[in-house]
Amino acid sequence: MKNLSWKPVVVIGVIIASVIYVLPSIKPELWPHKKINLGLDLQGGMHLVLEVDTIKAVESTVERITHELRDFLKKEHIRYADLNRMEGNRIAVTIADRTNMEKFEALLDKEFRDIRILSRSADGESLALVMDLPEGETERIQKMAAEQALETIRNRIDQFGVSEPDIRRQGEKRILIQLPGIRDTERAKELIGKTALLEFKLVDETQDVDAALKGTPPPGSEVLYETKGDPATGRVSRIPYLIKKRSLLTGAYLTDARVQIDSQYNEPYVSIKFDKKGARIFEKITEENVKKRLAIVLDNKVYSAPVIQEKIAGGEARITGNFMIEEARDLAIVLRAGALPAPVDILEERTVGPSLGTDSIKKGLLSMCMGGILVVLFMVVYYRGAGLIADAALILNILLIAAGLAGFQATLTLPGIAGIILTIGMAVDANVLIFERIREEAAFGKTPRAAVEAGYARATLTILDANVTTLIAALVLFQFGTGPVKGFAVTLCLGVIASLFTALIVTRIIFDYLLIHRKMKTLSI
Amino acid sequence: MQFIKPGINLDFVGKRKIAFTISLAMILASMVSLVIHRGPKYGIDFSGGTLIQVKFANPVRIADIKSGLSRLNIGISSVQHFGEAEENEFLVRTDQSETAAEGFAGQVEKELKAATGSDTEVRRIEMVGPQVGKDLREKALLAMFYVLLFISIYISGRFEFKWALSGVMAGALMAAVYFLSLFHVGIPFLIVVALVVTIFLFWFLNLKYAMGAIVALIHDVIITVGVFSVFGKEFTLPIIAALLTIIGYSLNDTIIVFDRIRENLRKNYKRPLEVNINRSINETLSRTILTSGTTLIVVIALFVLGGGIIHDFAFAMIVGVVIGTYSSIYVASPILIAWQRSGRKNR
Repeated sequence: MKNLSWKPVVVIGVIIASVIYVLPSIKPELWPHKKINLGLDLQGGMHLVLEVDTIKAVESTVERITHELRDFLKKEHIRYADLNRMEGNRIAVTIADRTNMEKFEALLDKEFRDIRILSRSADGESLALVMDLPEGETERIQKMAAEQALETIRNRIDQFGVSEPDIRRQGEKRILIQLPGIRDTERAKELIGKTALLEFKLVDETQDVDAALKGTPPPGSEVLYETKGDPATGRVSRIPYLIKKRSLLTGAYLTDARVQIDSQYNEPYVSIKFDKKGARIFEKITEENVKKRLAIVLDNKVYSAPVIQEKIAGGEARITGNFMIEEARDLAIVLRAGALPAPVDILEERTVGPSLGTDSIKKGLLSMCMGGILVVLFMVVYYRGAGLIADAALILNILLIAAGLAGFQATLTLPGIAGIILTIGMAVDANVLIFERIREEAAFGKTPRAAVEAGYARATLTILDANVTTLIAALVLFQFGTGPVKGFAVTLCLGVIASLFTALIVTRIIFDYLLIHRKMKTLSI
Repeated sequence: MQFIKPGINLDFVGKRKIAFTISLAMILASMVSLVIHRGPKYGIDFSGGTLIQVKFANPVRIADIKSGLSRLNIGISSVQHFGEAEENEFLVRTDQSETAAEGFAGQVEKELKAATGSDTEVRRIEMVGPQVGKDLREKALLAMFYVLLFISIYISGRFEFKWALSGVMAGALMAAVYFLSLFHVGIPFLIVVALVVTIFLFWFLNLKYAMGAIVALIHDVIITVGVFSVFGKEFTLPIIAALLTIIGYSLNDTIIVFDRIRENLRKNYKRPLEVNINRSINETLSRTILTSGTTLIVVIALFVLGGGIIHDFAFAMIVGVVIGTYSSIYVASPILIAWQRSGRKNR
């Protein structure tokens, strides 16, 4: 038997490699390799799928362009009859007379080249234009929004401090977030989902808030609320403000945001710092609006609306609003990480508490041990000596699956454990096929060696085929499955491959060793 | 030790009429149950909605849970016991998927504690929005479709080693599917059409073993789905995984019996087909029982000890293993005889 010499070497090599991969999962201090990853269903944690409302990003771009256009028209003294954002992200402009028309067209050519003109109706004295963004541009904005949202969320989570988060794009505008081991899921969810658009807007003091609440607010202004919770009574009150729609400065110019404790009232607040441009804008706003009230608005909620006492240079401001220390900390994080370019919706959420995960591991391992022990006992009782060989193969099998999980850095989930359990049941199939054949051949009066030889020769093809079908199912599952189900596909694949290896190569070597080297004359089968 | 003595010769083939009747009855019952229940019962993975698993420190009444949750106004559709009785665990299900709101888990805990007077722990919340549910449903069906596709292609070549034919099969199937996908038909319809095309092609190309295998496989899946429907169990992603595994397992059994049949046909070509088939089933009987036995041992261990989350998966596997074993003896092989009787040449 020439090939007996290299096969054992391969097998021993595989076993050593497996032990090296598996050891760190059992005794982490022994070996500097990564442990087997546990899925969220086993270690607890949160799985979220978000959708970025990218249409909103396009809307706000069109809104911004409308504002810009209005500013330019004012600056260049072009008079217009009407300028508005319309349904479907279009901008409608009406220019009243000929001189302005020419100036307007020149402006469009110079400053707004990437705008597409949808329709133009000029009847002598007036020009009406409907414009929008070309498709390529809206697509680009949507793509950018999704990418930027992903980056922002990743930043926030990094700063929140979660070990080994998994954050990735899924499809065009979905974001998949996995936060293993996280306890305070509610807080994490709020941190992730907040748009965090910080705006500085002037309070409209030309009209009374109550009048605006009863009637309609004046054009260019809207009613926003400040929510105030009283920690003593637990009552929450909502204070309305009449705020000018136009935002003077946004959080985009922030360079830093930190939690600080007010020495006077012992209350936390968030101090923010603007970059150079932001500082300049802030200085100008405060200079021009002394004695007026400036509202600090986050996601359309007023945090405070202090009266500007004097020009503020240096680009620093503070956000107060009787925070809890954790709230202030989270607010600082979202301000540092920046605003989401568009709101996000939670489409899917799966949260598993840590105690349930531990329970699942316990129960999974228990049923694996019970099933395993029963099968091992059964094989010994039924096949005696050969059964022992099959049992050795079975145990090696489990070792190989574990090594595969660690080596490929795959994730073990509860269905994954079920996959291992299933493999235990099905892995002996290959051995059963071989042993039954050997028994048949021995019944024909063949010598043990010849019977073993014939048994393996005849069963091999059948075993290969039978396993291919399971492998097909497992591979398709791997391709389509997510999370726990993918874990099942992984262990099933690994199990099939491992059982082919152990049944066709390892047990054969043991038989050959016993029959050839130990010159065994009878088969215990 | 031996359960099955060598040289045993039970008359399986002779009882095939009875078996056919039983199979037909089971398939019919499955269909009827599916029609009565208006299709399979989808879990939240596929229908969308919210699932909350709560554990109480002391025994509580379901009515108290319901009254506690009614204050949250989340449209509770069901509250049921989960896992073992002494663990005081419950599954709450709603069709709403708007529960991702701030502080939801905290509110649930608070209301339930107030209503039941027992310490409450929310152990698991799963929320699937309707859009994601639809996507997952589509994905699951596509996975089923691809498994069936690849397996039909594999067995069409495998059994008679006519890989060229298998190529024809693949081409024809893909063409049919592509043609249909131009009309944007639903995936369930696509699966049915692909199966009909497959069976027709097997017939036309004279692939009788492949025919036996695919019929056995469809038989197993329909009955497993039917059993789930009869017991009112929900289809979730893990159950789809179980179904696909059952497909692989059932085929595995069938392949082993068929391999033996072909071997015996080569050796004893003078004997009638029935005798050869019956003999092959008997020769592989020991193996069939052993493998099904060990697989059953482990899935039953999982069913009993594995806890509530994996319970239905284990249940599906138990049903699948039993049906898969039955079908490779009583469905797949008799198809070969039926094929010959129908006048096609036995090659």
